[in-house]
Amino acid sequence: MFDLYDIEWVNAAYQLLAFFVLLLLLKKFAFGPIMDMMEKRENHVAEQISSAEKNREEAEKYLEEQREAIQQARVEAKEIVENSKKMSEQQAAEIVQNARDESARMKETAKQDIQNEKAQAISALREQVSTLSVLVASKVIEKELDEQDQEKLIEDTLKEVGEDL
Amino acid sequence: MDTQYLKVDLFGVPWLTFNIPNAIMITVAMAIVFFVCFFMSRKIQMYPSGAQNAMEYLVQFIKNIISSTMDWDRGKNFLMLGITIILYVFVANMLGVPFELATAEEHYVWWNSPTSNPVLTISLAAFVIILTHVYGLKLKGPKEYGKDYFRPAFFMAPFKVVEDFANTLTLGMRLYANVYAKEVIMMMIVGLGAATIGFWTFAAFIPLVVFQAFSVFIGTLQAFIFCMLTMVYMSHKVNEEH
Repeated sequence: MFDLYDIEWVNAAYQLLAFFVLLLLLKKFAFGPIMDMMEKRENHVAEQISSAEKNREEAEKYLEEQREAIQQARVEAKEIVENSKKMSEQQAAEIVQNARDESARMKETAKQDIQNEKAQAISALREQVSTLSVLVASKVIEKELDEQDQEKLIEDTLKEVGEDL
Repeated sequence: MDTQYLKVDLFGVPWLTFNIPNAIMITVAMAIVFFVCFFMSRKIQMYPSGAQNAMEYLVQFIKNIISSTMDWDRGKNFLMLGITIILYVFVANMLGVPFELATAEEHYVWWNSPTSNPVLTISLAAFVIILTHVYGLKLKGPKEYGKDYFRPAFFMAPFKVVEDFANTLTLGMRLYANVYAKEVIMMMIVGLGAATIGFWTFAAFIPLVVFQAFSVFIGTLQAFIFCMLTMVYMSHKVNEEH
């Protein structure tokens, strides 16, 4: 019922040979390049992911740095504003003080001047009075005068003096 | 209506029987597989599109089958084998679905599924089983390979030997029987429709369509099973631990 000669050995061998050839051809022309590309893509993706990760870390670091810098700048700005405020206040105080001093000094000088003028005037008056008295005395001595003349003389002299003054 | 094949004995040697239509069908199946894959992989880019996606999906699919049975560093040797097996068996199964050619009087078959021939399926199965032994020797070394026959106990050795033959037979027979049965039933439905011009010519149409759809399903499933079992048997021989 089962004859070994019936088995198609040639077909079996042909199929296996063809199968093997097909395998090699597929590998060379179709699936080899595709698998290569798949592997390349896998590596590419892995690379991209790792680089993205690195970039993210770097960006975070930069962000942190920037934040710190901003914080610092803020502190500095505050300091500067405070300083300038303090300085301006100080300056204003100084200016006011200066003005006050200046006015006080001016007042003092004016007072001094007045004093001087006054002293000068007094001394001039004194001189005048002394010369006048000498004049009066000399006049009195020059002439023995009667009462009427004397009166007149004094009147004249005083008028003279008055004109002088 | 028995189907028969045009056979010749090469060089007149009785055991060099050559089944001509079957050889043609093998060639056709392999040519289809090769050319389809060839033209689908002409444009390979880093960013895949169209056909390349389909091919990569297939590669990924076989990868998943392999990694479900063994480590990938061993399994990567069999990726190409798995792809070729599943494509060839699938196309071979599909060839008989749309039509079958035979001469009118003697029913010499000229076009059918090559996998409906037991010689081809069993020889393919034997090839796979022999390959598992080859890779078992190659990847584990002769010592480990020999020891495997006596695991988990020494009396398992005869069973292991029997297992190989049983595996060969079942792997080939399963494929052959499915496809052959499909062809027989298909022929019966078509025969019913063609026997007389009349009611049955139209009545047989609907079951034929249904059965063709079922044949596509069977063919796909059997191709998948053949590939899957190849990897399972391979993993038995190749894996370190069970």
